[in-house]
This record gives sequence, C-alpha cells and structure tokens, in this order.
Amino acid sequence: MSKAMIGYILSIAALIVAIWLGVSVGSVKVPISTFWNTEADAIATNILWQIRMPRVVLAGLVGASLAIAGAAFQALLKNPLADPYTLGVSSGASVGAVTTLFFGISVPFLGIYTLPVFSMIGALVTMFLVITFAKLVDRAMKMETIILTGIIFSSFLGSVISLMIALTGEELRQIISWLLGSVSMRGWSYVQMALPFVIIGTFLLWLNRRELNAMLFGEERAKHLGVDVKKRKMMILIGGSMLTGTAVAVSGTIGFVGLVVPHITRLLFGSDNRHVLPLSFINGAALLIVCDLVSRTIISPTELPIGVITSFIGAPVFAFIFFRQRKKGGI
Amino acid sequence: MLKVENLSGGYNDRLIVENVSFEVEKGEMLGILGPNGSGKSTLLKIISGILHMVSGDVLIDGKSLKSYSSKELAKKMAVLPQLHSHAFSHTVRDTIGLGRYPHQSGLFSSWSDADERAVVEAMKLTAMEKYEHQMLDLLSGGEQQRVFVAQALAQQAPILLLDEPTNHLDIAHQKQLLDTIKTQAIEKGITVISVFHDINLASLYCDRLLLMDQGKIEVIGAPHEVVTTHQIEKVYKARISTNPHPERPKPQITILPEVQEKNNDKLITTENFRVTGDLVVFQAEHQLKTWSSAVINAGSGWYKTFVNRRVDANYACDNVQEEMLEFLANKGFSETETVGMMTAVNTKDVVIKEYDIPFGSIVIMVTAGVGNAVDVSRAHEVEMLPAIGTINTWIIISGELSDEAFIQAVITATEAKTKALTFEQVKDPRTGTIATGTSTDSVLVAATQKGAHIQYAGPITEIGKKIGLGVYECTVEAIQIYKKAKGWDS
Repeated sequence: MSKAMIGYILSIAALIVAIWLGVSVGSVKVPISTFWNTEADAIATNILWQIRMPRVVLAGLVGASLAIAGAAFQALLKNPLADPYTLGVSSGASVGAVTTLFFGISVPFLGIYTLPVFSMIGALVTMFLVITFAKLVDRAMKMETIILTGIIFSSFLGSVISLMIALTGEELRQIISWLLGSVSMRGWSYVQMALPFVIIGTFLLWLNRRELNAMLFGEERAKHLGVDVKKRKMMILIGGSMLTGTAVAVSGTIGFVGLVVPHITRLLFGSDNRHVLPLSFINGAALLIVCDLVSRTIISPTELPIGVITSFIGAPVFAFIFFRQRKKGGI
Repeated sequence: MLKVENLSGGYNDRLIVENVSFEVEKGEMLGILGPNGSGKSTLLKIISGILHMVSGDVLIDGKSLKSYSSKELAKKMAVLPQLHSHAFSHTVRDTIGLGRYPHQSGLFSSWSDADERAVVEAMKLTAMEKYEHQMLDLLSGGEQQRVFVAQALAQQAPILLLDEPTNHLDIAHQKQLLDTIKTQAIEKGITVISVFHDINLASLYCDRLLLMDQGKIEVIGAPHEVVTTHQIEKVYKARISTNPHPERPKPQITILPEVQEKNNDKLITTENFRVTGDLVVFQAEHQLKTWSSAVINAGSGWYKTFVNRRVDANYACDNVQEEMLEFLANKGFSETETVGMMTAVNTKDVVIKEYDIPFGSIVIMVTAGVGNAVDVSRAHEVEMLPAIGTINTWIIISGELSDEAFIQAVITATEAKTKALTFEQVKDPRTGTIATGTSTDSVLVAATQKGAHIQYAGPITEIGKKIGLGVYECTVEAIQIYKKAKGWDS
C-alpha cells in the first residue's frame, strides 16, 4: 500500500473519531445511538442536531479551508512558513468582515453571502499587496521577506480593525470575541453561508495540484514544464483567498491551522501536492473539530476562544519549522 | 527546427540582446558562448519564453513562439535549469514524473503507459533507477542535476535548452551529463541549444558555436571557425592560445597568464651536463619546452632533466618503458620531469659541444653507435630485425622557439647527421650503400623559451647554421670514437 493510501485511511479514521467526540462530549453527554434513535431522548437529539452538529460541521469546514489554503500558499510561494495567518491574509479578510459589520453593508443580490464575499475580497486584495510588496523588496522573495511583509500588513490591518472597534462602542464585545476566533453559537445558517465557497475554493485548488508540484521548483521551472503560470497562479490565489475569507467570515481569525496541518501531513505522508491538498483538507477538519472540543471543555463552563488553542499548538510548530529551514541552509 | 529572426529583448526597457538571428537544424547541438554580461543567458531566456521579446521572432517548426500555448510549447521544448535548492523535498521519481505534465490533460489526468515508459527510459538514460525512491534533497549536486536531465528527457521534447548545465559539477559529472545529452542528440535527433561558460567543453561537444559580445553575435560557425585566438581574445579580453584536442578535431584553449614568474635568464652551457658510468644527464634549473622521440616522456612537454642511459648490448625487455621508469625512479629522477633515452654506447664516448649565437647559446650532445646503420632509400629492399646501435642527438637552445622552429630544428639536425654519416662513409651492411642513419635514432630539441624569440630554424637561419654545424661536428666525432672503440679502419 502506498504512503498516500495509508494517509487517506488514517486521516478519514481520525476525522470520524473527531466528529464523534465533537458531538458526544460536553456538559450533556450525547450517546452515539442518538443518531439513529431519534425518538429516545428529545433533548439529546436537539443538542446533537441543533447545537453540536452545526458547530462540528462549521469547525470542520473552517479547519479544512484554512489547512488546504495553507498548503496551496506554501507550495505557490515555496515557503513552508506561509499560511493565511502568517501572510496577513486572515487580517485582510477580517478587515473585509468588520467593514461589512461596521457599516452594516448588505448587498441585496448577495443576501447572506455579503459577509463572506467581502471577507474574500479583503483576503484577495491583501494577498496581492503582500506578494507585490515582497517582490519589490527582494525579487527572489525569500522566506523571511514574505513573512516580514505578512507581519507588516497584519499589524497595519490590525490597527484598522481596532480603530473601527473603538468607533462602534456597543457591539465591541461581540466583535472582539469574534476576532479571537470561535465557532460557537453559529448554527446551520453559517454552514450554509460557508459551504458553497468552501466547495468552489477547494475545487479550484485541487484542479491545480499538479501545477503546484511544478511550482515548488520555481515559477520559471513550472513554465518550462508547460504550466500556464499566470493563469494557474491566479486560480490558486483566488481559491486560497476564497477559503480564507469564508473561514474568517464565519469564525473570525483562527491562526496557524494552515501552517501546522500541511506541515504534519507532509512529514507523515510526503510532499506530493496531489495528496497533500486533500489530506490537509481532511486533517484540518479533524484538527479544528478537536481544538473546538478542547476550547469548550477545558475550563468549562467558560469557553476559550478556539484561536487560543490553535496558536498554542501553532506557534511552537512555526518556531520548529523556521529553525529547521535555517539549519538546512535556507531556501 | 528552430529559427531566431532579428531577435531583441531584455529586462524591462533595457535591451540586452540586440538583433540576433540564427538557425538550428534538427539533431544539431549549438553552444552559446560569451563573457559574463554578453547576453547569452538572456538570449536563452527569451527563446524559452521566460523573458519577452521586444522585437523579432523565434520560430519553432515554422510557427512563432508566441502562438504556442504553455503546454504545446513544453511538448516542443524542454529546458534544463541551473542547479538550485528547494524548500520541499520530492522523491526522484515524482520529480522526473513532472516532466510528463505537458502530456497529461483532463480533470484527473491519469498516468498513461506512455508516461510510465518515458519516465522509466529517462531514468535509465541518466542511470537514476537505483535512486528512484530517494528524496531529491538527499542527493549530491551532480545527482540532482541528473534528475533534472531525466525530467527534461521525460518531457520528450524535440528541442532541449540548457543554461550552463555543468555549473558546479566535477569533471566526471560534466562529462557524464554532456555525453548523455550528446548521445540523445545523435540517436534521437534532439536539437540542443546550450549556454556554456567553458569554451573547451563547448568546442568539444557542440557542432556549432555562437559567440556573443555585448548582446550581439560576434561570430557563429563550426568550433574551428569560432574558437580562434584572435576572436576569443577580442571578446573575452584575455590572452589565450589555441591547441588541438588530442582525440577530436576540435580546438581547445589555454589561458596565458600575465603574471611574471621569477625569471632566470641563465644560458644553457655544457656545465649543465654530468657524465657517469652509465648515464649522460642534462639538468636545467627550470623546465624546458621539449620535443623528442625518447622512450620516456616523448612528444612535447616541459621537462627539467634529460637522461641518456647506457644499456648493455644484450639488453632485452618485454616492457621497455616500464623497466626504464623503474630504473629512473631508483636513480631518484622524477617521472614527470625527466625525458629518458637509451643507448648501447659507452657514456664516456659522448660528444658534448657548446656553440654561441648572438642572442643565446646552443648545446649539442651526440652518442653514436652505427653497427646498425641503415640506408633509408634502400630499407624497403631488405629484411631487417631490430638491433643495437643508435644515434641519439640532443639540441638544447637558450631562446624562445616557435612551433615551426622546433620542427625545422629537427629537420636541420637530421640532415646534418646524414651528412656526417656520408663523410664517415658509414655503410648499410646489407646493401653496401652509404647509410643515412640507424634504425632507432632519437632526437630531442629543447628550448628555455626565454630570451630572444626564434621564429625559424631552417639551415640558413642564424640558429639553423649552428645546429647544422654542431650536429655535423658532434656526429662525425662520435662516429670516429665509435670506430676507434670497435677497432674499425677509417
């Protein structure tokens, strides 16, 4: 059996376990039988389908989106430290989302999709600005250059958000908790809001799995191998921004998922993007479901923002990758 | 196959390549040469579609480069990149498999039999099979470069572009890589265009060369038309000399350094000679440029020590060179600095004379044994077995000799020797006619290559006159000594 095949089996098994834990563990225990025995316990059924399940599905979609977007950004930029959070793309999406909330923007034609669409636009614009700026600084776009550029943009966009929050007053608390990242109390409407974009974004990235393999050797090399670099790059940037924007719109800023998941996936199952992309998708979903479970149970009844948990895992992994790359002699 | 028409281009608004036109035939290997900044890499980048052309066109199979889609172009043209490192590691097989990208299409783009065959063949051609499942970043630079050659070959494109493919490789890997590519050009008719830093490698492997200077073509043609002292010196602004490759009809260059080494203009004299019981040894302070037909280190080269060794008349050995080397080593002579000859004549019978010329000196040494004398004009008439009896002639000159002067010195010396044999009435015992030499004569011409430049050494030149006189006098005297020793009547 190939390494990738083992990867799929293990990852799907992990996802199933995560979903099961996610719906059953909590202040009220929901037995597995609730799935098929809907008559037995009305309260448990209600908790399962109205509270836990949408939360688990949303966490899964957000985790999957951030992880696959991270994997794609890393391959595109040949940079193992790239992810929506470190690139500042999440901040850009936040600005898009906060702007929507702040001004109460509602585009009739977009309906409930107004928020994710504005987030995506924020993400895409930031992505382009970061890449353009990094390229101006250093044509080779070294690892550190991109990350520093990401920090510059994150800081700037962060203060833009702070400014808007300071001006809102009453809704302050709500936006702050949203900023720290959370999937609680969202319900099925958020799942509905995210789902179409997650599907389209993931499809766009998956279409470019082989192109991403080629781009790992640099854009010039990819072009020589027959990749239409301009078009493919655009598809990947749009796909990645769509996924990041959607994730931020429904759950706020959750850091490092896009960094940790592809890294561990590559470490375990190899760096062929034909498998890294789908495997990151599955593992990202499983990881965020578990992180959400931890965030709502660890100091229960108080709930921790999920971003705290992911950063807790993510920052050390970030440090580790950085250390290892520098030891290897850089990129 | 590939035609470049009035091509200009570069980075942004700065033109680096200007008005370049040439054509490459199917199966041809074209090398692009030029100093740093001459635009050779830029030219390759424009042809490969990485940089935009400002004017002119590149035609592949008669169609403009611009009319090809990325995938179509990759099916026509593969590019071997310069070596660099990567952030993520792939297996060797996956990396080579990427070469099949342009041949795959559709949503799932499944791996076809043709893909598999191409990858397996590419691995075989580059001897990468045993590394198939290894990670790329664990391989050495030379092996990594082979993986990318395999990737380019797996692409199965009829045109292959290379940008300094042998950069950072040791000579074994350089040879291996270029042999592989040249073989593909010959067997599969692949058209190769490669940028080279190394003029000698380019000359050796390419059918034609294109020499660039300041963004323009200086000259294009066969290696012997391009790699000339004048053109290379003009473009590279470095003093060089060209010489033929020992095995192939391709010119090679040698750099001539400007740095002056400590110069010792001491003239060669008879003082440089030492005669012992079985050896006549000439020892110089510095290496001399030497042309000889000696046993050890024959041909041309730079040597400090010349040895004329006396061997017994019954000397017989299966491997004369090996025995001679061993002998010299035992006597403490350096194998790489010594020219060795043999004679059956007693060393005390050697004749060494010094002659002055206005701009230097000549020292001549002759040992003559004429028991085996031959009339070269009648040699075809008689059966002849190798026998003892040799005339060894050394001509050592303080001065700088041209190549033609070396050859003329040998001619002049030989003519003088023949005249000496005539004067001494030395006869070929088989035919009874006057001999012209012996069957195993050796000659050595050496020059300090310092001091006056000597362009010619024919018999009426200043130096030729002294060679003629000297060799004649020395040979006559040596023959007389020989006759006396043998008790012959004269």
